[in-house]
Amino acid sequence: MKNLRIHLGLLAPLLVVTAMILWPIITGNVSSREIVFTILKAIALASSLNILLGYTGYVSFGHIVFYGFGGYVGLYFVNEQGWSIWLGMLVGGIAAGMLAFLLGKAILRLRGAYFALATIGINEAMKAFINNFELFGGPIGMTINFSVYRDYGGAAQALSMSFYIMAVLTFTALIASHLVRLSKFGLGLQAIRENEDAAEVMGVVAPNAKTWAYVLSAIIPGMVGVLFFFKNGNVEPHVAFPLHSSIELLVMVMLGGQGTVLGPVLGALAYQGMRGYLVTSNFFKDIQLSVSGVLLLLIVLFIPAGAIGWLRHRVPVLRRVLA
Amino acid sequence: MQQINLLLTSLPDGILLGFVYGLAAMGLTLIWGVMNVINLSHGPIIALGMFGTFFIFIRMGINPYIGLLFIAILGLIMGVFIYFVAVHRVINAPHLSSLLATFSVNMIIIGLGTAALTTSPYNVDFNVGSFRLGSTTILGTRLVAAVIAILFTGGLYIFLYRTRPGKFIRAVTNNRAAAELMGIPSTRILALSFGLGTMLAAVSGALIATFFPFNILSGGGYELKSFVIGVLGGLGNPIGALVGGLILGVLEGIIPAFMETSWVPVIEFGLFVVILLVRPQGIFGAKK
Amino acid sequence: MSILLSVQGVTKSFGGLQALSKVTFDLPEGQILGLIGPNGAGKTTLFNVVNGVYPPDEGRVIFRDQDVTDAKTYQHAKMGMARTHQIVQPLNELTVRENVEVGACFGRENQNLRHAAEIAEEVLEFLGLHNRIDQLAGSLNVAQKKRLEMARALAARPYLLLLDEVLAGLNPSEIANMVETVRKICEQGITIIMIEHVMHAVMNVSDRIIVLDYGEQIAEGTPAEIAVNEKVIEAYLGDPKLAQRLMEQDNK
Repeated sequence: MKNLRIHLGLLAPLLVVTAMILWPIITGNVSSREIVFTILKAIALASSLNILLGYTGYVSFGHIVFYGFGGYVGLYFVNEQGWSIWLGMLVGGIAAGMLAFLLGKAILRLRGAYFALATIGINEAMKAFINNFELFGGPIGMTINFSVYRDYGGAAQALSMSFYIMAVLTFTALIASHLVRLSKFGLGLQAIRENEDAAEVMGVVAPNAKTWAYVLSAIIPGMVGVLFFFKNGNVEPHVAFPLHSSIELLVMVMLGGQGTVLGPVLGALAYQGMRGYLVTSNFFKDIQLSVSGVLLLLIVLFIPAGAIGWLRHRVPVLRRVLA
Repeated sequence: MQQINLLLTSLPDGILLGFVYGLAAMGLTLIWGVMNVINLSHGPIIALGMFGTFFIFIRMGINPYIGLLFIAILGLIMGVFIYFVAVHRVINAPHLSSLLATFSVNMIIIGLGTAALTTSPYNVDFNVGSFRLGSTTILGTRLVAAVIAILFTGGLYIFLYRTRPGKFIRAVTNNRAAAELMGIPSTRILALSFGLGTMLAAVSGALIATFFPFNILSGGGYELKSFVIGVLGGLGNPIGALVGGLILGVLEGIIPAFMETSWVPVIEFGLFVVILLVRPQGIFGAKK
Repeated sequence: MSILLSVQGVTKSFGGLQALSKVTFDLPEGQILGLIGPNGAGKTTLFNVVNGVYPPDEGRVIFRDQDVTDAKTYQHAKMGMARTHQIVQPLNELTVRENVEVGACFGRENQNLRHAAEIAEEVLEFLGLHNRIDQLAGSLNVAQKKRLEMARALAARPYLLLLDEVLAGLNPSEIANMVETVRKICEQGITIIMIEHVMHAVMNVSDRIIVLDYGEQIAEGTPAEIAVNEKVIEAYLGDPKLAQRLMEQDNK
């Protein structure tokens, strides 16, 4: 019984995501499937970022670099070497994880804003490098041969399959986030977030723990990148490494509540939902970015702990459920 | 030989541009130095400065160099306004809060700017002649821009070292708590510093507009350059920013002689990360 | 009686300030060593060097026969050294229980979470914080935070415990309580160094005392020896002859 109770925190996120996945399946509506795909992608990326940002307390402004880099590597093998999407995603995830491992030891020494700046620099350096990297198509990028889709029963079939893969990736991200949170490793990360020096005095090997948190938070974005570029049919440097998407991820995590499993889910849902509404609304569509900006500012200024943090402070009973 | 020729043509331009980059970065680094806030609304402010030149010159027909004064004053007021609306409440919060607060300002400006001005390119055809230096032609606008950037730097230094509010700013930079105990009105000083940083960004944008086409998104690239320069020169060190700007300008002048221009950002951002790792206080040391 | 910690000629300066100069002592297992001296004498600096926060400029630190001079703080923790901070460092957004679990999980015994939870219960019971176990650490008062620091350190089951002014700011009955706790910890076989300003307490509980003044080790001995040491009185009260001279002047 007790074993079940500690997993209660995973219940709400899983229910929310399951409901979202079922919606297009039941209605059979392709455009709502696309909308849900976008939201699931945001949830998977935001939940991954949360391992670094929410649990460990390191603000990565360039997290999208793992999505872009992993995506490029995976798509290269799928498109140019004829590998399956499964192997491609695996390679993309590993590539992103390895990049994080190599970078981690170096840049995780930096604290606060210096770390944030370094992550921006890495994203921009990577984007500029890929722009010059002929193997990956340089500035033109790569476009999928339609023959690649044939193995999966044609383009339409591949698109619908991508949706289910995205769903699996999202669940994986949530379960990983939950397990990290409950683990000894996660306890060490949270100790680092609260006070890195004190954590080290208590024996937390911060350099290693941070690096592994970084690696963990990079793998799923790498896989999502491969899947998204595969589904999209092409990739270009400025689509793969958009700095503003990195910041949107931060906003989602902050909106829902950092350091919780449910927070990034709600944050991503709310943010994408709001954007969807603003973009299509006649009144707001021209200034949707400004409206988002105003909302973000209000949240940062008045409820910095995010929705979940706010609820947990107001209604302590919810602490156990809203993990 | 061809490379040397190319070098001779692109280097002077790079140096002149470097002063203007330095001016923009000085705005960023001043704010960082005083309040440890990385201002992510820096880019859009630069873009607004560019549009300032456009409206003053194209629409009102006023000489852009006279227009600079208006732009400077508007930049100052705008900065103070942004400080009180977005920054003041999160000044002591974790970095994420101030980063996102200034980024929200970025979104607001870009959103309104895109709606009002679209993202198609604008051009200010302003010409003050050109002259030849050896085999290269140097545009007068660039030379004037560099001179104005130097004048603003000098002005900033006189302000920081010779005037009362300037000394207050340096005191707050050094130790805000101690400055408050000495009776320095820190809120007003922080707002003033933010205003000055914004002013420098707007002025640099106004200068860039006299020789490059632009749109509302153009500030982003200069914001990233300002990060690089700020870190090169030491975050919080305004003079370092000017030197950092020169280094970047020279790099942009030299690199195309040896490899494709598209490698410039790879080297710039690579250098940026390396310096953060090896010498985060910058080449000339942080905060002075 | 074997030597647990050996500090050999430790010297440390910050800029022009000589914080420690040639501090040397051996600490046998099972003892309580009191570390006293005026403010700024270098006591906390000595803790920081012993605990690996920063390396000394000169000298060595040997812990359990291993040279730990250049080791990191977390390596010290794994080897069985734990400490409290003069300025408390609670992990504010974690609960009291989680704070203590961190100590148990990452300290010498490297416990898994399940055992760490048991250890946390036990240690918090011992330190009288059990009724706060599910509260956020940030919501404790200062006296409770000091006990939390001790709980985290103890949960690591260390060989050596460094206590930095755990009595400061406590009222007399709390002090008596804490002194009793320190004694009990020592009885469990844990060796202790304590920095303390509350003289009667430290004199009472220590086996031996070292006095630092401006980074110099000016005296070392049993509490009884220290109490009558002229140099110590001078360091604390200024010139011991001064009072006498003033009285003589009055008589003239």
